[in-house]
Amino acid sequence: MGSTVLTLNGCVGALSTVDPAGPAARTIATLWWVMLTGAIMIFALVVILVAASFRKRKGAIADRFWVLILGIAFPVTVLLALLGYGLFVGERLLQRQGADVVRVAAEGRQWDWQFSYDDLPGQTTAGVLHIPAGQPVDVAITSADVVHSFWVPRLAGKMDAIPGRVNVLRIEADTPGTFRGLSSEFSGRGYDNFTFDVVAHDAADWTLFLQGETE
Amino acid sequence: MNALQRHRKLDLVWASQPGFRGWFSSVNHTDLGRLFLVTAFFFFLIGGLLAMLIRTQLATPGSAFAGPEIYNQIFTMHGTIMMFLFAIPTFEGLAIYLLPKILGTRDLAFPRLTAYGYWCYVFGGAMLLASMVLGIAPDGGWFMYPPLTSSIYSPGINTDFWLIGITFVEISAIAAAVEITVTILKYRAPGMSLDKMPIFAWYALVTALMILTGFPPLILGSVLLELERAFGLPFFQADLGGDSLLWQHLFWLFGHPEVYIIFLPAAGVISTVLPVMCRTTLLGYGWIVAAAVALAFLSFGLWVHHMFTTGIPHMGLAFFSAASTLVAVPTGVQIFAWIGTMWKGRPELHLPMLHLLGFFVTFVIGGLTGVMVAVVPFDWQAHDTAFITAHLHYVLFGGFVFPMLAGIYYWLPHVTGRKRNFRLGELAFVLIFTGFHVTFLAMHWIGLMGQRRRISTYLPEDGWTTINLISSVGSFVIAIGFAIVILEVILNTASARRGGRNPWGAGTLEWAMSTPAPSYNFASLPHVTGRDPLTDDPKLPHALARGEGYLATPGRWRETLTVDIATGQPDFHVIYPGNTRLPILMAAVTGVFFLSLLLKFYWTVPVAVIGVAVLVWRWVWALGRTEDLPAQDIGHGIALPNAASVDRSPGWWGSLFLLTANATFFGSLLFGFAFLWTVAPGWPPPVWFTPSMAELALGIAGAGVSAVAVRMAIRTIRQGGQPMFAVGLGLVAVLILVAALGLLMLRAPSPDQHAYGATLLVLGGYGLFHACLTALMFAFLAARISRGFTSAARRAEFAIVRLWVDYLAIVGIFILLMAHLTGVTA
Repeated sequence: MGSTVLTLNGCVGALSTVDPAGPAARTIATLWWVMLTGAIMIFALVVILVAASFRKRKGAIADRFWVLILGIAFPVTVLLALLGYGLFVGERLLQRQGADVVRVAAEGRQWDWQFSYDDLPGQTTAGVLHIPAGQPVDVAITSADVVHSFWVPRLAGKMDAIPGRVNVLRIEADTPGTFRGLSSEFSGRGYDNFTFDVVAHDAADWTLFLQGETE
Repeated sequence: MNALQRHRKLDLVWASQPGFRGWFSSVNHTDLGRLFLVTAFFFFLIGGLLAMLIRTQLATPGSAFAGPEIYNQIFTMHGTIMMFLFAIPTFEGLAIYLLPKILGTRDLAFPRLTAYGYWCYVFGGAMLLASMVLGIAPDGGWFMYPPLTSSIYSPGINTDFWLIGITFVEISAIAAAVEITVTILKYRAPGMSLDKMPIFAWYALVTALMILTGFPPLILGSVLLELERAFGLPFFQADLGGDSLLWQHLFWLFGHPEVYIIFLPAAGVISTVLPVMCRTTLLGYGWIVAAAVALAFLSFGLWVHHMFTTGIPHMGLAFFSAASTLVAVPTGVQIFAWIGTMWKGRPELHLPMLHLLGFFVTFVIGGLTGVMVAVVPFDWQAHDTAFITAHLHYVLFGGFVFPMLAGIYYWLPHVTGRKRNFRLGELAFVLIFTGFHVTFLAMHWIGLMGQRRRISTYLPEDGWTTINLISSVGSFVIAIGFAIVILEVILNTASARRGGRNPWGAGTLEWAMSTPAPSYNFASLPHVTGRDPLTDDPKLPHALARGEGYLATPGRWRETLTVDIATGQPDFHVIYPGNTRLPILMAAVTGVFFLSLLLKFYWTVPVAVIGVAVLVWRWVWALGRTEDLPAQDIGHGIALPNAASVDRSPGWWGSLFLLTANATFFGSLLFGFAFLWTVAPGWPPPVWFTPSMAELALGIAGAGVSAVAVRMAIRTIRQGGQPMFAVGLGLVAVLILVAALGLLMLRAPSPDQHAYGATLLVLGGYGLFHACLTALMFAFLAARISRGFTSAARRAEFAIVRLWVDYLAIVGIFILLMAHLTGVTA
C-alpha cells in the first residue's frame, strides 16, 4: 500500500521515514499509512457530526447513544485494534538472537559518533558506520557525555544514547548504499550538524572492510 | 435599607484602595483574577514574539538570523513561558476571577494567599524575563535534561535561572491550587450540593488536585538538579551513583499531567459556554464529571510515553502505550457529549461559538496524532521531530487557546460591563484559525521527512524549504489575528456602550450581579436549588441586591459562610482579613531567598528565611482575637458558629491539601531513592551510613511524644483549660527530633561522592525543615496562649498544628528508619 502512495507524492528524501530502505522502517511506514487513513475517517466523522448539529430539524438522539456508543464503545474498539497492531509491530522490531546478526557499537559525544565492530576488534570509525546490506545489525548505543539519540530514518526508529547505559537497536538495510543518520536528542550548540552516515556494503565489500581494506 | 444603601455599606468594607496603590494591597479575587489574566496575556505576547523569531529563523535554509547560542535560548524560553508563565497562570487567573462568582460566594478561601501567589508569579516571571534581556536565558530546552544541564556541560547561570525562577513561580501554582480546592469544597452558596455545582467548578477542582499532585515531582527535580549544580551532589551523574533518567522520570511525572492541567480548565470553559451558545443544558453532566476524574487518574500513568526511546523494556512500554491510548476514551466521552449538546440545542454562531468550532477541528486532529505517537513503533520514528512540534501545538492551541479565546469573548462583558461595538473579533478568528493550520498542518509532514525539533538551521537539499516557508507565513497571520484581538479588547474596555445584565442568557450565578462585578460580588448570598439558578429564577439578581438572601446585613467585617462539602448546608461563619501589603512584602522577601540562591550570595539566604518566618508569624497572628465570638445570624433564622471555633476550619482544610502536595513531594523523593538504588548504574555505594540505635530511638521518641502532646493540648483546650504544659512538651519533643535529623545530615557519608549520601542528606534536610517548622508552630501556640488568644471557642489553630505534627512524625520516623536501616542491612 505504501509504495503506491509513495510514487504519487514527495515521500522521497535522504531522511524520509516514509521512503523506507529497511524492514523496520518499512513496517513503521506501513503503520503510519494505516493510522493516517483511520485518523482521516474519524476526523471526517467528527466534522460531519458537528456540522449536522446546525441543521434546523434533527432527529432526537438519546444521551446514552452519545456517551456510551460514540464516547466509549467506539474509541475502545478502535484503540484496542490499534494497540494490538502496535504491540505486534513492536515485538517484530525487537532484536532477537541469531547466528547471522552483526554486532556494532555506537558511542555519541558532543558532537560526533564513534563506531566500533565486534568483528573488527580495536578498529573504530568516526562519523561513518559500516554495515553489511541484507543482514540484521544490532547497534549497542551509549554516550560519553550528555544524552544523544541514534537515528537513521530510512532504516529504523531512533534509540537514545544515555551515559552509563547501553541500549541496543536492530537496523537492517535492504540494499547497499549510503544512508544519512542524525543525532536526534537536543545536545547543545553543535546539535544542528550532528549527523553521521551509514554505509551498507554488499558481501564482497563487507569482507574487504573486515579485512581493514576499505577507507 | 435599599439596594443602593446596601451597596455603599458593603463596598466600604470590601473595596480595595483606590488607584494603583490598591494593586499592591488588594486581596480581592476580582482584582487579582484580572491582574493574573492580564499578566498571563502579557507573557503570552512575549512567548508569541519568541515564536515569531523561531519561525523567522526557520523560514529559509542556512538562515543567519540567529546563531545556535541565541536560538537555543529562544526556543527554550518559548516553551517555558508558554507552559509556566502563560497557560497555568491563565487557568489560575480565570479560576480566581470566576469561582467565587459562579459558586455564589464573596471571595476565595484565603484572600491573602491569592495575592501572595500572584506576586510570586510576577517576581519569578520577572527573573526569567531579566535573564532573557541580559542574553543569559536558559538554553537547555524547556525539559532541561541533564547531563546537558549539569554544571559540567552548562557551566553558566542560564540553567540556574530556569531551575530557581520556575520553582519560585510554582509557589503560585501550589498556592492557587490549595485555594481553589478549599474554595470549591467549602465556599459555595447554601444549597449548592456537589451535584448542583456548575461544571466549571468540577473541572477546576480536578485541575487543582492535579496541580497539587503533579507539580511536586518537578519541584523536587529542580531542587535536586540545582543541588547538583551548586554543591556537586551527584543525583544525575552515572559514574557517581546517579542517573540522568531519574530527571526524565521526575520531569514527565509532572510533564504529562501538565498537559491535562492545561486542557481540563479549557474543557471546563467549553462545558460552560457551549450549552449557552446552543440554548440548552449540558448533555451528560455526570458522565463529563466522571470523564474529567478518569482523565486525571489516567494522566498520571502515562508519563513514560515521553521516554519510549530511552531503552525501557518493550513490555513496560506496552503498558504505558495502553494507558496513553486509553486516555482517548474519557476525552472521547467529553467530545461526543459536547457534540450531543449541540444536537440537543440550537447552536448560534456568536463569536465564542466560532472559537469553539475552531477548538473542535484543531483539537480532534491533535488528539488523533496523539493516539498515533502513543503507538510505540511509530513514536520511535516521530519522536523529537517536527511531527511532535505540530502535534503538541494542535493539542495545546486547539485544547487551550481556542477555548480560552471563546472564554475571553464570553466573559468580556462580565469583566468590562460593556457590549462589543465592532465586529473585529470575527476577522481575528478567521486569521487565527487559518494562520494556525497553515503554520502547523504541513509541519507534520516535514517531521516525517526527517526534520528534527530544535535545529536552528537546515540545508536546501534537505527538501524542507517550501513547507518551512509556508509555516512561517502562517505564523505571521496568527500574529496579526492576535493583534486584532488585543485591539478589540482595548477598544471595548475604553469606548463601548454599557451592556445589560446577563447578555448571553446564561444560567450560572456569575451573571446574577451587576457588571463590572462589585467588590463583594453579591449583596446577599443566594439559596441554590438547581444547576442553573438564573434560568430557574431570572429575577434572582434583583432579589439578591434587595437583600433577600443570606448575610444581607453589612457589618464591620468582610463576611461569608462555608457549607458542608457534600450537601451544601451552611455550616460556619467566616470573617476575612482586609486589604494588606503583607502578601507583596512576603513575596518580595521570598524573592530575596531565590535571588540569593541564584547569585550564590549564600549569606543572605538565612536572612531571607528568617524574614519569611517573621512575616508568616505576623500573617497568622493577624487572624486571632482575644474574645469569643458568638454565633452569627446569617438571616432566614439561621445562626452559624465562627470558623475559628471548630476543628475543621478553612485553615485546616488548606493545610490538608498543602500537605497532600507535600506528601507527593516526599513520595517523589522516595521514588527517586528507590529508582537510583535499583536501576542506576554505580550501586552499591562505597560507604554506607553508620547506624546509631541511640539516635534512632531518640528521634522516634521525639516524633511520638510530639504527636501525643498536641493531642493532650487539644483535649485541654476543649475542656476550657490552657494547655501550656502540653505545648511546651511538644516543643521539647520536636527539638529532640531536630537534633536526630541534624545528626543524620552531618553524618551522611560523603554526599558529593555518591548519590546515596546525597539522597540521605536531602532526606535529612527535608525532615529537618519540617521539624523546625513544627517547632515554630508550637512556639506560636505558646505565644497565643500566653496572650489570651485561645479558648474552647478559639481553638482552630490547635487542630491545624496537629495535622503538621502528625505529618512530621510520620516522615521523621520514615527518614530516620531509612538512613539507619540501610546502614544496618549493608
